[in-house]
Formats: sequence, structure tokens, C-alpha cells
Amino acid sequence: MASGIRDKVAILGMGCTTFGERWNDSAEDLMSEAFQECIADAGIEKREIQAAWLGTCFDEIHVGKSALAASTTLRLPNIAVTRVENFCASGTEAFRGAVYAVASGACDIALALGVEKLKDIGYGGLPEFSSAMGITNSMWFPNLTAPGGFAMLATAYAARYGLDIQEVKRSMAHVSVKSHANGALNPKAHLRKPVTEEQVLMSPMIAFPLGLFDCCGVSDGAACAIVTTPEIAKSLGKKDIITIKALQLALSNGTELSYDWDGAHFITTTKASTAAYAEAGIMDPRKEISMMEVHDCFSITEVVTMEDLHISERGKAPKDVMDGFFDRQGTVPCQVDGGLKCFGHPIGASGLRMLYEMYLQFLGRAGERQIKDPRFGLTHNLGGFPMLNICSIAIVGRYGD
Amino acid sequence: MVGITAYGGYVPRYRISRMTIIQNMAWYFPVIMAVAGGEKAIANWDEDAVSMAVAAAYDCMAGKDRKQVDGVYFASTTLPFADRLNAGIIAAALNVREEGVVAADFSACLKAGTTASMAAVEAVASGEKKSVLVTAADQRRTKMATMFEMFYGDGAAALLFGDEDVIAEFKGSYSLSCDFVDHYKGSGKEFDYGWEERWVRDEGYGKIIPQAIAGFFRKYSMSMADISKVVYPCYFTGTHKAIAKNLGIEPAKLQDNLHGICGDTGTAHPLLLFASALEGAKPGEKILLAGFGQGCDVLCFEATDRIRGFRPAKGVGGHLASRVEFTNYLKFAKFRDLITADLGIRGEANPNSSLSVLWRKRRMILGFTGLRCTKCGTAQFPPMPVCVNPDCQSVGQFEDYEFADKPGRVEAFTGDLLSPSVDPPAVYGLVSFTGGGRAFLDFTDCDMNQVKVGMPITMTFRRRSRDAMRGFTGYFWKAVPRVEG
Repeated sequence: MASGIRDKVAILGMGCTTFGERWNDSAEDLMSEAFQECIADAGIEKREIQAAWLGTCFDEIHVGKSALAASTTLRLPNIAVTRVENFCASGTEAFRGAVYAVASGACDIALALGVEKLKDIGYGGLPEFSSAMGITNSMWFPNLTAPGGFAMLATAYAARYGLDIQEVKRSMAHVSVKSHANGALNPKAHLRKPVTEEQVLMSPMIAFPLGLFDCCGVSDGAACAIVTTPEIAKSLGKKDIITIKALQLALSNGTELSYDWDGAHFITTTKASTAAYAEAGIMDPRKEISMMEVHDCFSITEVVTMEDLHISERGKAPKDVMDGFFDRQGTVPCQVDGGLKCFGHPIGASGLRMLYEMYLQFLGRAGERQIKDPRFGLTHNLGGFPMLNICSIAIVGRYGD
Repeated sequence: MVGITAYGGYVPRYRISRMTIIQNMAWYFPVIMAVAGGEKAIANWDEDAVSMAVAAAYDCMAGKDRKQVDGVYFASTTLPFADRLNAGIIAAALNVREEGVVAADFSACLKAGTTASMAAVEAVASGEKKSVLVTAADQRRTKMATMFEMFYGDGAAALLFGDEDVIAEFKGSYSLSCDFVDHYKGSGKEFDYGWEERWVRDEGYGKIIPQAIAGFFRKYSMSMADISKVVYPCYFTGTHKAIAKNLGIEPAKLQDNLHGICGDTGTAHPLLLFASALEGAKPGEKILLAGFGQGCDVLCFEATDRIRGFRPAKGVGGHLASRVEFTNYLKFAKFRDLITADLGIRGEANPNSSLSVLWRKRRMILGFTGLRCTKCGTAQFPPMPVCVNPDCQSVGQFEDYEFADKPGRVEAFTGDLLSPSVDPPAVYGLVSFTGGGRAFLDFTDCDMNQVKVGMPITMTFRRRSRDAMRGFTGYFWKAVPRVEG
């Protein structure tokens, strides 16, 4: 019987670049920047890293195939470096590779690095991907974009719960207002301006019913983590040991696309979160989770995800959102760092950026955003599209708690 | 008995008023004001002759077993492919058999539809074929501010020929072939080139059609008194009527040329008018059908008792009745690529269509065929090796299952302004089908503001991609929300 990942692996150090339109920096520059912060924080020598994982998604526009870009950029000592890609879960996948390597005993210290250099294509939004979806899919899949794929959630959600679409839009607007308020306090965020609910509601339509301010930014960035065992972390003099409590991944199997689904929730998130709470020993997530960084690629994704994470009851997330339940001063603060909304979404980096905020919060380094006595922090990524997706969930906390 | 066993038509939903063209373009060529009346049907941006022919074929064959078809003929002067059998695309979209079936394109002349019909009759009469489908369609691009722009509409028709359950018996045919060139389109040229209208009217339509009809009567010792309806194209409405007068055709016996509500649909037009005539035909009535272009084909059919029992799915009348006025002339011009508008860098993507994948997946892509699990009965799309029902998961126990003719409903949708489209927003969504199965599909022929979750949809075969660099046209199926109710 598998015992799970709980408390087997500790975070030794983390790094994260400022996210934004880093016109003068390449993916290599970003990787190096995040890594330098991370290794300094970890307090080890580069030669002590025994294996590394690189998470990127749109490699064709920056680092190219393979993990060679990470190995050569960081001048790693000819160790195993593996590139992983699983859409928006790519960063968490890199982390999972490193964490599992340590947990297995295959190595003592491992590196997870995520990077994406998106702002080199000449147009806004994520790169067009009709050539990257596989030849067969490219011959029949709708002419879709990321906002369009997620916008469908909103029309289906409104129909499922008999809500007027404007009602759903108001809760979506609150999600964005809350994230901007948080992002404004974060020096590493891309978008640092608070916005009003009216601004969000009046923003130009991108994909009905998502307006511009319902969509996260598009940014360049990198984040990384060095992980080891709690014992080694202690031996290296670490006092506050932050460990991984759960690390779960769930992928669509075609049910949503081809069988039966209301279009208004994520089957994967529902299952991955249940597994993650079991792995972490959490009985009542609404009470026990102290803070969350979820995949708010679009405001509606965040609303719906609150239900799939079993924090809000089905059909009740819009009410919780409007009640301020997820605001920074609320019961379960969500997107305390500003979220994808304000950081933008350099795909490979996002999962690690979320963990970085958790790490800062546990170590009391979150400045104006600091949350009092966090116990469990949850991060969540949702890759692909609602009807065909990849969900990753990580839960972190203090060692032994 | 040899004859027609089914018929159908297709007229695109959008209609542009000729006044709209005049308001936009008469400044440039005021002569177009001479034909100011009425409106014409215009294909949506994702339609072409092949896709419209498929629509007409489904209209014709609703309730008919497509597996019995052993011939598919397609007539058009606007074939999307110069070398790739266009009729083969239509046959694949209809999921007809591949073994023992002949498919052929008839082209290069507006009477190719009647010529194909004669070939079909001959194939059935000889006993070589049992059931031959003739489709005809045209989607002719015209230069702005031309008489062609005023006259030409888009549309398609389909006739099924056979020797069982005949609804209109073939009574004879006569052809006149001559090199009368009223207009032409040189190879590789984009647009038709036409000669003076007065000459075309008087020496062309006005003489050649009566001459061919007279030849037919001579051949079969018949006269106009034997005929209940006469069908021939002629987009000069005055000439259309004058020919009838000269031939002694009473006004009630002349099938309207549909100039006022559809425009001239080219190769499809004689068959479209004929399908329209069949919709009102009574047993025992004889209909004369003539096609014009470098001569004239004349065919005669007599409606049988079975004509009462047949109805196309929607028919020409049904299609003409479901219309939406298209008021934006510039949008029409963009749909026809007559003006240059930017699609942005995102719109530059041009993935190559793999011919080997298309061959392997032809039933899925062209035929919109998925699978039905023979163990649990679950219909599913796209086809995959393992049953999608989580409680079944049987491996490889499937039969083919066609979704193209299944109605469905909208489960979720959006209108996407980021996605490159000449008709933004790009509307798409998740659809579930009556009888099971679902698919994630582009929507077409709809205004996003009218789409609702739960709305019924029907499927339509459309152009999905047009690769200007390689000259390839890709097709797939799209959902049409039934916004009319």
C-alpha cells in the first residue's frame, strides 16, 4: 500500500523572477535569475544537485526541445535533466519529478525549474497552437483559443444552475478585483494596479462572456525549487522545514468530450483534490486549508474550481466569492500573490510560482500580503481546456504538522 | 421503370438584397441599377460548391439508404479541386460505399448538371447501376459592381436516379451541342468573362433553348400540350418569359427562374428549379427540364403516384423560406476575398493537412462517423480504441456510427473574438446528440447573440480550412444552432 508523499520531501530553497514583459531577457536569462535566487536561498553548491527537471510548454518559441537549455544555461554538472510538458501543469510536473526523485531515494537533492518566454511572438495572448495539437486534431478541432475554451464554462455554469449570465459575470468580476488588490502588493507581479468591479465588467469582450479583465495576463517568467529530504534540510541548518503534504495529478480520459458532463465543472479537479486531501490527511478542506493559489487563467475557472476543490458547495461558489470568502482578509484567501491574473501565465513557471508564494507565506516573508499562521497551502493548475484537461494539485505545510 | 427516386436542394441561409449592392457599388457602374429588384442567396464564408452539394444530397436522401448508392456524380464550374475527385469528397461525406461505386465530376459548362443527369439515367437504364446520385452546385465569385454580381446566387441541388420506387419516370432526352460562348472562364482565371447581354439573350438563350425543346418534341412526337411544367434557366427575367411565350408555354406552366429570391445558381440552377417543380408536381404531370450552356440538354419526366409519398428533408422551398438578410456588403466582399482585411499574426498559422491522416481518418473527418460500442451501446466521437463509458471500457468492440444526420443540442458555447475568423466572433461549443454521443464543434450560420444552452442543432458539412499556399481545402462538420425556433 502506497504511503503517499506526505512529509517525505522538504523544500530547501526557492526562486522566482519578476513576471512581466521582459523584452530584454531571454528564457535563459529568466532561468538563471530564478536559479540564482533559489540556490542562494537553499544554501548549497550547484554540484550538490543530483537531478533536475525543466517544465516548459511552448518550447518551440523559446528553449526548443529537450532539457539541454536548462543544462547549458545553468552549466549543470552533466547530471540527469529531463524536460516535462503537460500544458499548464508543466511547472508542477517538474516539481513532481524532483520531489518523487528525492522521495524514492534515487537522489538527495533535486532541482525543479519552470520557464516560459512568451512575449516574442508579435501578438497578444498565448501562442496560436493549431500546428501543435497533433495533425488529426488540427483537422477537426474547433477554431478555439484559451479564452474561448474556458468561456464555455460560464455559459454552461449559468445554464446548469439557472443563473443569469450577468449574475455569473458579477462574481467573475469580483474574482479579478480581489486578485488585482493582492497583486498590487506584490513587487514580483506583472500587473500591479487595483481595478474596480465596474472596470472589469466594462472591459472589452474577448470570448463571450469573458471580457479582457476576466483573462489573466501573458508574461515572461521563471521559478524554481530545490528539494531534499527533511533530514538533509535539518542537517543543512534549516529551522522552518516546509514539506510537501500531497502532490496529485488527474487527466481527462475523454468523458467530458465524448460521454457525459455538464460543462460546468472539472471532473479532474474534483478527483485530484479528493486524492490530495486524503494524501495530506485533510478531513475538512474548507476549514483546514489556510490559503490557495489556484489556476485563475480566467475568472470563471477560479469560480468553478472553488467547487471542485470541495471548498464551496456545488452551485454556491459565486455566493462565497461575493461574500469575500476568498479575499485576502477572508476565510480561505485565494491568489494572495495576485494569481495568474496579475502574474500572467508563463506556462512552465506558473506552478512553481504558486509554490513560491506558499513558501514565502510559511516563512513569513510575504511582506504586506503576509497571512497569519498558515497551516496548509494548496496550489492548483489546470492545463488544456475544460473539456480535455490536466489538473495538478500540491499541498504544502510545516514538517510534522 | 427508370427515373427519379428522390430529390432535394440547398439554398444558403443568407440573402443579400440587390439594393444593398447598388447602394454600395452603383457609383462605380450605374448599369447594375437596371436589375435592382429582389435578392440573391449567398453562401456563407465556409461554404463552397462541394459543401453545398453535400447539403443538397442530405436533403435529398433523408430517409433513403445511402449504402444502396452505386454512383455519385457532381456537376459544377467552381470545383474546389482541379485534380482530386470532388465527387469523391461528396461521396465520403455521404458515407456511401467505396467498393462498386463510381464517382465522377462533370464540369466546364453550366449544363453539366443536366448532362450528368442524362449519364445517370443511361447508367441505370443500361442495368449497370442501380442508384445514381447527381449533385450540382456552384459558388461563383464575381467582380464587384458587375451584372454577374447582380445575377449570380449560390445553391445546390440533388437528384437520385434508380429503377425502384420511382417518383418521376424518365420519358426521354434530347441534346443540342454547339460552341456558343456567352461567357467563359479561362483556366486559372478567377472570374467569368462575358459578352454583350443583348446578344446572349437573343442569340443564346432566346434561340438555343427553343431549338433544343423543338428537337425533343420532334424526337418523341410530343408537343407542349403534353407538358405540365417547363423548367429552364435564364437570368434575364424578360427573356425567360419571352422564350415561354414563343414556345407557347402558358405562364402557369413556366417554372419561375428564382431571380427575385435566389439568383442564378449556375450549374445547380436547372436542377434546383426542377427540384422546386417536383415539390409541387402531381401524379401524371410531365415536366420538361432544360440546361443551357454551349448548347442545351432537354430531359422529360412524368410524376408517378409515388410522388405524393416523397418529401425532401427541407427542400428548395424550405430552404428559400428560411432566410436571413445579409446587410453588410463589405462583409460579403470579404467572404469572397474581394477585399483585403487583416487577420493578424495569429491568423497566419497554416498547418499542412496530412493526406495520409485524411485517408486513414476519412470516415471520421469527411463522414463524421464515430463509433457505437456493441457491448454497451454508447455512441462516441472521436473514435478511439477503448469505449469511453467508464463502466464498459471494452476494447475494439465497435460498429461505425454516423453523427452527420443526428440532431443534437447545445451544452456549452462561446463566441470567441481572439480566434482568427473572417466572421468573428468564432462561435463553437459542446454538442450532445439525440441517441447518444457528443462532440466539440465549430458552429456556423448563427449569430452568437441568439445561441442558448439547450438549443437544438443540426449538422452541416463545411469548409474548415483553406490553404492558399498549397491550394488545399479541408472539410469537416459544423453545428448549426436552430435559432429560427
